[in-house]
Amino acid sequence: MRKYLLKRFLLSLLTIWIIITTTFILMHSVPGNPFRTESKMPKVVYQNLLRKYGLDKPLGEQYIIYLGKIVRGDFGDSMKSRVETVNDMIKRGFPVSAFIGLQALIIAITFGPALGAIAALNQNKWPDYFSMVIAILGISVPSFIMGTAFIQFLAKNISWLPIGGWGTYSHSILPSVALAFMPLAQLARFMRSSMLEVLGQDYIKTATSKGITRAAVVLKHAVRNAILPVVSMLGTIATNLLVGSFVIEKIFGIPGLGMFFILSIGNRDYPLIMGTTIFYSIVLISMLLFVDIAYMLIDPRIKLVKEGR
Amino acid sequence: MEKVLEVKDLRISFQTFFGEVEAVRGITFDVGKKETVAIVGESGCGKSVTASGIMQLLPMPPAFFKGGEIFFNGENLLNKTEKQMQGIRGNKISMVFQDPMTSLNPTMKIGKQIVEGLVKHRNMSRGEAAAKAIEMLDLVAVPQPERRINQYPHEFSGGMRQRVMIALAMVCNPQLLIADEPTTALDVTVQAQILELMNKLQDQLGMSIILITHDLGIVADVSDRVVVMYAGQILEVGLTEEIYASPKHPYTRKLLASVPRLDMSREEPLYSIDGTPPDLYVPPKGCSFYDRCTEAMKICKDQMPELYGHSITHQSRCWLNHPMAQRINSANRSEGR
Amino acid sequence: MKTELDYSPELFQIASREDRNAEKIRRPSIKYWPDVWRRLKMNKLAMTGLTLICIFAVMAFAGVHISGFKYFEQDYSMINLHPDSVHWFGTDELGRDLFTRVWFGVRYSLFIGVMAAFIDFSIGVLYGGIAGITSRRIDAVMMRIAEVVYSIPYMLVVILISVVFTQAGQGSSMFVLIFSLSLTDWVPMAILVRGQVLQLKESEYALASESLGADKSWILRKHIIPNSLGPILVNITLTIPRAIFAEATLGFLGLGLQAPKSSLGTLANDGLRGLPVGLTYQIFIPALFISLIMFAFNVLGDGFRDALDPRLRK
Repeated sequence: MRKYLLKRFLLSLLTIWIIITTTFILMHSVPGNPFRTESKMPKVVYQNLLRKYGLDKPLGEQYIIYLGKIVRGDFGDSMKSRVETVNDMIKRGFPVSAFIGLQALIIAITFGPALGAIAALNQNKWPDYFSMVIAILGISVPSFIMGTAFIQFLAKNISWLPIGGWGTYSHSILPSVALAFMPLAQLARFMRSSMLEVLGQDYIKTATSKGITRAAVVLKHAVRNAILPVVSMLGTIATNLLVGSFVIEKIFGIPGLGMFFILSIGNRDYPLIMGTTIFYSIVLISMLLFVDIAYMLIDPRIKLVKEGR
Repeated sequence: MEKVLEVKDLRISFQTFFGEVEAVRGITFDVGKKETVAIVGESGCGKSVTASGIMQLLPMPPAFFKGGEIFFNGENLLNKTEKQMQGIRGNKISMVFQDPMTSLNPTMKIGKQIVEGLVKHRNMSRGEAAAKAIEMLDLVAVPQPERRINQYPHEFSGGMRQRVMIALAMVCNPQLLIADEPTTALDVTVQAQILELMNKLQDQLGMSIILITHDLGIVADVSDRVVVMYAGQILEVGLTEEIYASPKHPYTRKLLASVPRLDMSREEPLYSIDGTPPDLYVPPKGCSFYDRCTEAMKICKDQMPELYGHSITHQSRCWLNHPMAQRINSANRSEGR
Repeated sequence: MKTELDYSPELFQIASREDRNAEKIRRPSIKYWPDVWRRLKMNKLAMTGLTLICIFAVMAFAGVHISGFKYFEQDYSMINLHPDSVHWFGTDELGRDLFTRVWFGVRYSLFIGVMAAFIDFSIGVLYGGIAGITSRRIDAVMMRIAEVVYSIPYMLVVILISVVFTQAGQGSSMFVLIFSLSLTDWVPMAILVRGQVLQLKESEYALASESLGADKSWILRKHIIPNSLGPILVNITLTIPRAIFAEATLGFLGLGLQAPKSSLGTLANDGLRGLPVGLTYQIFIPALFISLIMFAFNVLGDGFRDALDPRLRK
């Protein structure tokens, strides 16, 4: 098992490195440089600026310097903000995004598989149709539409739910729910098909033949096995959550990392763009690795195969 | 003999997209105390449906009980609620399934699976249950039971898993064990061990067994009586000796003939019955074996034969038993046809 | 019990061989693809999706022309009109007819979706097919590479690429978008194809064919491909909404097509501005269309998957 873990870890590092390099190349392949867009400035100032950001050095050297900084956790200085470094902005924005993201994840994980299981247990009856309609809506209606709809229809009628901005806990409710919709739907659908497959297995019949209650059969035998493949999906879910967060933060005016990211694109603030991209990637890939490990721990069949008996 | 199970004119059908499939079309048989009754037949003849039906393990749509009664210790199981059936399953009637590779929960420890029923039916504590699990594994001859109860199914071989299944089924000391093709998925050598085990347990615990199989080879040693099923009906029933020594139904005779024997010569072709069983969407009006029977008569096509008794214990469902048929046959024989 | 006299001796004559029919097959045999189609038709939801897609496909061509307005035509006297008999979907803040613009967006979205799926399919089939056929070692390496590619968060890549090209002054051209979308999305298809090839390579009927003298390419054509078509079809049908979703999100974030061209995503983004002033139709209509397209493809893909699953035969 340790060998496998090591391999996965190294692959993850490799992926991150590829992302860093790709981002670097992309950002520096844009013709011209950020300072050209500024109004005409004296050549000396221009040179100084270039030197400050290390843009006067050859590309290869810039790359090595940047790589070195990243390893030490330094994402550099923002080009637009005089006060904050990229690290500062990440520190400011990430907790906000993480809070909404985690809350959404919890909502999705709590209700998604439950919905899917209920649908599977009542196949072709109304709970199934009802759940699946919700699920189809969840994956068909992009989160920005969901969020906007929330603002339009819900918040106007429920006065205690703020529809934008940030400050109190209740500011996070609508955004989290809007963000949770799609992952919830995906989890529900996947759980449903997993459950259906499990319910058709022989060991369910064995369990029933022992005379234990239907509830025990469902919970201890069916769900326990059906949830495994769903766990492996969590990585993809996390990715979608991340992307969704950009949009949600924009609609609800949440000062999270996503908002910084989008703004930085608009501003052509390259260090910020790069920094946030790389940071996001690290978070994401860590989550994927984490989900992989978690899955290995839960499935008893895998542990021993890897140890090689 | 005291009757543990009495099945009377049981009819089970499945409602499908294409129509109703009559899987079990009126079967009657019984099982006595400490008796082993074998139900023999081809795939699709309805024996597994019967077994699952007794325990009410069939998916109720699309399956449904079309008629008949199942008496267990005098009470009709078909009148019981699901909750009552739960009290009976695993407790008074247990089942062993065909494929040991897929019949155990892959994510639950063996020990826990064995005593799950016990904990529910007898309200035992965890410690008592664990001890019982070890005891059961010992009973079915699984070595190192203390270590094994904490292992998972994939750590056991096929034969071992089937032993676990048996342990699981026996843990509450049931009166009736239904074994649905318990050895079909196993190697021949392992087959013998499993059958022997079941025999031994039967002696020790005094239970009745219904053994479902398509393999006549294993039936002879193990069972007291044999029920021959075909296309949802019972074609012949009798003591094991009666069935093997003097089979009365053409189907039974052909079945026996198709069991390969060690004393056959190399040149003798393997005997098999031509054709396939009838489609049960449109069940035949007459004898279901008509299309494949080399001794069929014209009456066999349109009219269902009744059960004729050859002795108190031996009956068969065939027009050949009718006095008319016997008279004509002997007439034919004397004419040299 | 009936007495002997109730039966005529005639009945007890041996039945002739022709009268018995040992091998009688009572149900018509069912062919594969027509059966799949039949099962799909039974699925009302999937058929709804299919119908929607057809309508959208037709309107994607025709819709832009019906209204009589051009998508870029601005008319300052007609700004921000609610839907009426002239402008069926109303107008935007520059007086452009939204009906035309929406259908233009539909055309664009469908094109992107289909193209992205096609590229995914091509790369995927090629990559997966090769991986399945070659030696274990090369296969292992190819799969590692695919894994790494797949774990790159594709949205980030898409956004970055869009940024680069937007900066270069071109706006996100369609091809850039499609290219960046397909960059990492081909992996599931490749894995699928590889799985099918491996499975069928070892399967019994390929073996049987080979023992009968068939060579590898014949096996590929007659066995592997027809059997893989099913899951591949499902995958394609479900890739399309993913691509459309990505494009819409990009548009909404301001990274999509530049004005005056409109994608459904950018239309929604524009429509955001109309919300506070009660011009809800401006965002609602593009949003509705996005949802409908995605719904249609998802539901059709589901329908295909169910229709192809042998276990769900009724």
